[in-house]
Amino acid sequence: MSEQKLQSQTVQTTGHAWDGDLQEYNNPLPVWWVYTFYVTVAFAIIYWIIYPSWPFGKGWIGGLSSITYVNSDGETKTHSWNTRALLMEKLNKADAEQKPYFDKVASMSYEQIAKDPDMNGFILSAGKALFSDNCAPCHQQGGQGKIGFFPNLTDDDWLYGGTYAKINETITNGRHGYMPTFSEVLSPEQIDDLANYVASLSGIGHDAAKAAAGNTLFHSDTAACYYCHGADAKGRQVIGSANLTDKVWLWADVPGADTAEGKVAAIRTVISNGLNKGVMPTWGGRLSAEQIKVLTVYVHELGGGQ
Amino acid sequence: MQTGLEEQVALYQKRIPIFTRSVKGRFRRFKTSVLVFAYAMFFLLPWLPWARSDAPSQAVLFDLPGRRFLIFGLTVYPQDVLWLALLLFIAAILLFFVTGLVGRAFCGYFCFQTLWTDFFIWIEQKIQGERPARIRLYRQPWDREKVLKVGGTHFAWLLASFWTGMTFAAYFAYAPQLVVDFVTGQAAAAAYITAGVLTVSTYAAAGLMREQICTYVCPYGRFQSVMYEADTLAVHYDARRGEGAHGRASARAGQRALAERHEKGLGDCVDCGLCVQVCPTGIDIRDGLQYKCISCGLCIDACNTIMDSFGYPRGLIRYDSEKNLAAAVPAKPRVEWKRLKTIGYGVALILMTSFLVYSVSTRGSYDRTVNQIRLPLYVVLSNGDIRNRYQIHITNKAGQEQTYVISARGVPAGALDLGSFQEITVKPGHSGTVLASVRLSPELAARTKHFELIITPRGKPAEARSETVRFDSPGRPT
Repeated sequence: MSEQKLQSQTVQTTGHAWDGDLQEYNNPLPVWWVYTFYVTVAFAIIYWIIYPSWPFGKGWIGGLSSITYVNSDGETKTHSWNTRALLMEKLNKADAEQKPYFDKVASMSYEQIAKDPDMNGFILSAGKALFSDNCAPCHQQGGQGKIGFFPNLTDDDWLYGGTYAKINETITNGRHGYMPTFSEVLSPEQIDDLANYVASLSGIGHDAAKAAAGNTLFHSDTAACYYCHGADAKGRQVIGSANLTDKVWLWADVPGADTAEGKVAAIRTVISNGLNKGVMPTWGGRLSAEQIKVLTVYVHELGGGQ
Repeated sequence: MQTGLEEQVALYQKRIPIFTRSVKGRFRRFKTSVLVFAYAMFFLLPWLPWARSDAPSQAVLFDLPGRRFLIFGLTVYPQDVLWLALLLFIAAILLFFVTGLVGRAFCGYFCFQTLWTDFFIWIEQKIQGERPARIRLYRQPWDREKVLKVGGTHFAWLLASFWTGMTFAAYFAYAPQLVVDFVTGQAAAAAYITAGVLTVSTYAAAGLMREQICTYVCPYGRFQSVMYEADTLAVHYDARRGEGAHGRASARAGQRALAERHEKGLGDCVDCGLCVQVCPTGIDIRDGLQYKCISCGLCIDACNTIMDSFGYPRGLIRYDSEKNLAAAVPAKPRVEWKRLKTIGYGVALILMTSFLVYSVSTRGSYDRTVNQIRLPLYVVLSNGDIRNRYQIHITNKAGQEQTYVISARGVPAGALDLGSFQEITVKPGHSGTVLASVRLSPELAARTKHFELIITPRGKPAEARSETVRFDSPGRPT
């Protein structure tokens, strides 16, 4: 044993022996390492005190740190630190940071907003976010709409008008497009004549004889198309009736058909079935006036603003 | 009292204090001049004035709120991150290159840990005296003298640490204002945190931990050792000359002259221990090259002093390569650079540095990106015309406000519509966005596949840049 002890002066061991000869070398840790370990212990204890830590009864120990926030009902609440409260606090902060911009939006005219480079940047980012959240599900991400379902907001054709005031009115109050069913009133031949006439208005291949008959029918009191679409077939924005003379189609998928017959057939379908689906919801109660104003400028800037 | 307590092995190893002796010589002078130069750069740079129109007049200012670095006449924006990547690459290659040639020269002379430790040892020596005085003071009980001297040293260290932290913070704000705000409690929280953290870490690293940072903490020291080659210069003890046939021995009477020593088979090393006493990492270089050696060369200076005083030739400890030391007749040590690896590092260094210099010197006064709006790709208008839209993003990198004019080439006049912004004025360091739309008749659209958008800074037609963009229309395969 004393011999072993002498040897151990060259290679130090912890002095314990297991199974007779199994020993453990003692390579000491540097002392700074140990102090670092103590610091981490102290850090952990301070952390327990400040932040939520241990389960306690039915709840947990909340810690000293707390977060005060205003919830969606406008009540001020104070809660011990947690990520939900932190999120609420950050949302409050983000709202507060956006407020000066929205206040500025409220105080400026549409034309002023559109010409101010700083506000333009805000409209492009805030408007895009609002549009993505609220409008994109129907009108698509870029506002290009979907033929047969939702109007394209990037072209220059507007059912109800594309001025700032009209766009705002449309967003705030919503719209409901309607066209009566003609399959019960008119014969299939008459509908075919009308479809050829409508096709001729926008330069699509058509049967000239049928189109001439359709022209008469369009302006007669039998079909009374002119009543809504106007004698010149250019539509009436007051009631949101479509301009039939331009190259833009919403309900009849004319661009989607390859042949002239197919294009006429697409128009025929709309005339015989009518439609009752051009429903734009009301956003007045859901978005604030400033948000709607931002959206108005954004939609106007999508390319179709008048 | 418990017996046998003294023999018990301590669970944790206590740091063995190192008291370095000061030394004079070539390498000490070089180390000191690097220190003075580096300190002058670090501590004075934030106070150097530089006239600027839109920022405080500070030559080097890292303007974080403005998201830009102002370095003399150069403004660096986040999109110039490539420069940072290049700079880091150059720094790494330079480290490899130098390490391959002369070993851990970075550790010994240029690393901030070395520089600050050196400065802190200098403070310690000024207050507590030379090595023997410091050892005496260390062993002395805590009396008035020891409390004053040791307390004074730590106080001076803390002051130096604080000014280090303060100076670092001054790179991020207008220095004279920051110091005033700092004292009056008006400065930003980040300034206090930065200065505080750096004060503590400098004090701990340069005052308390010193060589432990190099040996336990620093990763560079460890990976530099893998770059050693047989040709690499490093601090070596010439064991053949120092030990002779019968080892080193003190220069007692009868073995003082070199001829007498050689006759007795003794080496040139007089075993004075000075090389150990001056070593900042507390090693004995005579044990051979070891991982704790930071190649600072102070032991060379110490040994040369002794060799001179005995009239022996210098260079018992010297910068030399393993290859040369092992040679039958060692030649004069020299930097051996003709190796594939060092040449490769050198070429990479030159290429990357030239690219960085080229990139910095030829950068334009503004950045622009033109994105076609792809949702939708094109719009058919009511009269059948096709319209494409483009988002133009301009970042002004010049020092002053600039107005940019946008025009198009390759489409008829009047086809380009810029909406509310016929031209856009952008503040320095800011960006502006313009939406442009181009409207063509179906016939023309079918023929137009590409056209050019031209951005011209007003008044500087030479800096006009064009961007070729696509024009999409229906019925044409993309």
